[in-house]
Amino acid sequence: MNPETAIAVAVLLPLLGAVGIALTGRWPNLREGVTIATALAVFGVVLSLVPGVLGGDRPGLTVLNVMPGVALAFEVEPLGMLYGLVASSLWIPTALYAIGYCRAHGEENQTRFFVCFALAIFAALGIAFARNLFTLFLFYEVLTLSTYPLVTHYGNDEARAAGRTYLGILLTTSVLFLLLAIVWTWKLTGTLEFSPGGILAGRVDGPLVAILLGLYAFGTGKAALMPFHRWLPAAMVAPTPVSALLHAVAIVKAGVFTVMKVIVYVFGIDFLSETGASIWLMYAASFTLLAASIIALTKDNLKARLAYSTISQLAYIVLGGALATATGVFGSGMHIAMHAMGKITLFFCAGAIFVASHKKNVSEMDGLGRTMPFTLAAFFVGSMSIIGLPPTGGAWSKWYLALGAAEGHHAVFVGVLMVSSLLSIGYLMPVVGRAFFLPPNPDSAPAANSDEKTTSGGFWENLREAPLLCLAPLCATAAGCVVLFFYAPDVLGLLQTMRLGR
Amino acid sequence: MIEHLPALQTVVPMMAAPICVLLRQATLVRIFAIAVAWSCLAIALALLEEVLSHGTISYALGGWVAPLGIEYRVDVLNAYVLVIVATIGAVVIPFPLDGRELRIPRERYFLFYALFLLCLTGLLGITITGDLFNIFVFLEISSLSAYALIGLGKERGALTAAFSYLVMGTIGGTFILIGTGLIYQMTGTLNIVDLARRLPPVLESRTVWIAPAFLVVGTSIKLAAFPLHQWLPNAYTFAPSMVASFLSATATKVAYYVLVRVIFGIFGAAFFFETLGLSNLLLPLSLIAMLVGSIAAIQQTNIKRLLAYSSIAQIGYMTLGLSLANLNGLTGGLVHLFNHALMKGGLFLVVACALSRVASPDLEALRGLGRKMPLTMAAFVVGGLSLIGVPGTVGFVSKWFLVLGALDKGLYAVAFLILGSSLLAVVYVWRVVEIMYFRDSDAIVERDEAPLSMLVPTWILIGGTVYFGFNTALTAGVAHTAAQFLLSLGS
Repeated sequence: MNPETAIAVAVLLPLLGAVGIALTGRWPNLREGVTIATALAVFGVVLSLVPGVLGGDRPGLTVLNVMPGVALAFEVEPLGMLYGLVASSLWIPTALYAIGYCRAHGEENQTRFFVCFALAIFAALGIAFARNLFTLFLFYEVLTLSTYPLVTHYGNDEARAAGRTYLGILLTTSVLFLLLAIVWTWKLTGTLEFSPGGILAGRVDGPLVAILLGLYAFGTGKAALMPFHRWLPAAMVAPTPVSALLHAVAIVKAGVFTVMKVIVYVFGIDFLSETGASIWLMYAASFTLLAASIIALTKDNLKARLAYSTISQLAYIVLGGALATATGVFGSGMHIAMHAMGKITLFFCAGAIFVASHKKNVSEMDGLGRTMPFTLAAFFVGSMSIIGLPPTGGAWSKWYLALGAAEGHHAVFVGVLMVSSLLSIGYLMPVVGRAFFLPPNPDSAPAANSDEKTTSGGFWENLREAPLLCLAPLCATAAGCVVLFFYAPDVLGLLQTMRLGR
Repeated sequence: MIEHLPALQTVVPMMAAPICVLLRQATLVRIFAIAVAWSCLAIALALLEEVLSHGTISYALGGWVAPLGIEYRVDVLNAYVLVIVATIGAVVIPFPLDGRELRIPRERYFLFYALFLLCLTGLLGITITGDLFNIFVFLEISSLSAYALIGLGKERGALTAAFSYLVMGTIGGTFILIGTGLIYQMTGTLNIVDLARRLPPVLESRTVWIAPAFLVVGTSIKLAAFPLHQWLPNAYTFAPSMVASFLSATATKVAYYVLVRVIFGIFGAAFFFETLGLSNLLLPLSLIAMLVGSIAAIQQTNIKRLLAYSSIAQIGYMTLGLSLANLNGLTGGLVHLFNHALMKGGLFLVVACALSRVASPDLEALRGLGRKMPLTMAAFVVGGLSLIGVPGTVGFVSKWFLVLGALDKGLYAVAFLILGSSLLAVVYVWRVVEIMYFRDSDAIVERDEAPLSMLVPTWILIGGTVYFGFNTALTAGVAHTAAQFLLSLGS
């Protein structure tokens, strides 16, 4: 398969998969088979693009010209390659996990659920391989709309309210700011193509550069920069596999990916560092970064805590881009992958805990490590990656982000990163600590206590883990966090083939 | 035969109307009317093709050469509008009539088709003619048949709605006639091309200065431009949905065409925009229309009325493009003619489909319809997304050019308001979506889809909103050429 065909296949396969899932909806096993087969095939196709991109190729594909100079077109470059890999690879464990979760939980409307899931991956890959702002914006909106039925999956009033917040913030920011920025860019430059070194350099100057950057940064509501972050905690009403999709696989990563793409290929990091137009964004991102960490500390609901943790981690990535140094960009790119792997593990664990013990709050999780040791061990590994401790992948991305801050002579942000790491220890480690070191709270676990009064039995007798289809994916992604520690140079190598200057 | 196409464009539907009355038998008349409407579309497409490849066509009706005789003059602008009107006519007319929405029994359906074809004749005639008085004549043909079509609605309100439309429409028509009379008095001609030649020497006279006021206000009433829109919500609410679909997609578009023709084709853009300063009036009114129309739509409890108010907002987009008076703005306004025709025509057909299964157009009656009629309601969602202007739909294309037009003029606040008003569309579209999909979501509903004969026309229009969202060569391409043509007229 030549790369051009591979791009088309990679983007279209999830769409075909969605159709297949819809058609086989009456036979759950067949339907799930279609999901898994599609996910594997998509990952395989995306993977086949890697060697070419590493070798410096930039395969492209123009589908059609929508307006003169505005085309629906794809091109694979390293950053998009990385995001495409993250989305397509994590779809596999997420799909397995979703199958286990939905069946264990007896969810309704499973066909609609899996159809929308496949559509979201379709949109994510469209974003990853977009060659210009129009294509990116198109798939960005498709992603918003295709995930709306997932967020409102339960169809009750709470879900409807969350759906309003979700759609309200994401559509408002994208239409009001992002689209305005795109049209404005078109007016200034007459092109929307992502090109190395940016397209705005020399076309704008003065405060307008910072204004445009602001329109892009806040317009990308999926990047959850405060004050446009509310949709992310609101979307927590959705089933946990959706949270995994939102936080790790596709949606928020689409947001920060868009910001990175814009910084690198629309503004160009040289242009930004010359004009200093992104300095305010460093502070804005730092504020989000710290504020979200502090809010996370106050949340007792595990999923809400993780949601604020995500907001904080996304701000790392935006900060790395705003630093406008090559190292910062590499750090951000790596963090897209590392955070995805870490956060997906944490959400899988939260969901597994909920499925197995129906516990949602951190304060109820005392002693849970005795009944769910594998889940909580995985949680521990995922937490290490989010905090940035070796031997997990998160250590490397934090390293490069800090290095980028130091290189750009913005030492204050090195401090910000370190403080935030401490805060993340504060909100993640108590979960593990309570689960393993505190005795079970008799009030909070009446169901578990009825059939086993003591915890003195053997290790295997005490196990109350989630179903295997939930457990296996989360163990795999936890292992992935460790594997990424050793494969970080390869991720970096991929990113280093990016053309940053003109 | 080929050289007589301009005449056939109006003669074919006009002669077909009395034949409908002679045929009488409902099914026979329906098939006949469909055939006529599709041949009108074929003629319109042939004319557009001809104009795009060979330039403006001038046709002397009855062999009487202009300026004495009536000239049919087809340039890229009205060829484009002809295609819009004929397309909507051809797609909407096969939609089956539903006794639940119509005042007349099945034995008299032939009258409906006769009226429909007369209305089509009038709209095509207004567009194709190159004679100002002839515009008035066709305007009356289309208006009178439209009043009757609206009055066919089952509810009693349809009669008062038709009556108030008649009053407003007559005032509008009279104003146009007065304006026409005033400039005829000064120039002694009614031919539009001739007028454009003879007006400049007398442009300073007070008579000529008053004429545009009458013409603009008159057409604005027919266009339902804010604040002259009061007739529209009731007319669309009480008209049978299929009629609302046809009128919302064509009548206001043709009125917009007349306005553009008067401004650019007769007096010249310089006179309107520089001497009279039309933008100072039209721009704020357009913005108010966009906001007020959308906010009013949010408050409605009847889906047809909701769509009607949305139309007022969308007409605001069109007049906004006009008031920007630059290439991108005008392209946006003109492309929105086609785009809005597709979405609003399609959405009213969705309502017609829904009304074949539920008792009333109240939003409350639509609860849970998302699962009862999944295909119909999916069409609503797609059409609604197009109203919002999501990329990949026609609404995005219109918005793109309008925002660009505003930025070209340095009107950043206007660009922001254009985008902001599309967010109001999110609110009123999503209100309906929530009711259809979330209310009573626990109740068990049998799937009870509208028949294929209804779904096919609906999905042709709704599918068009997506197709032309990607393929803009025909729509934006022609609108761009038309805008260039218009801006070149004065210079």
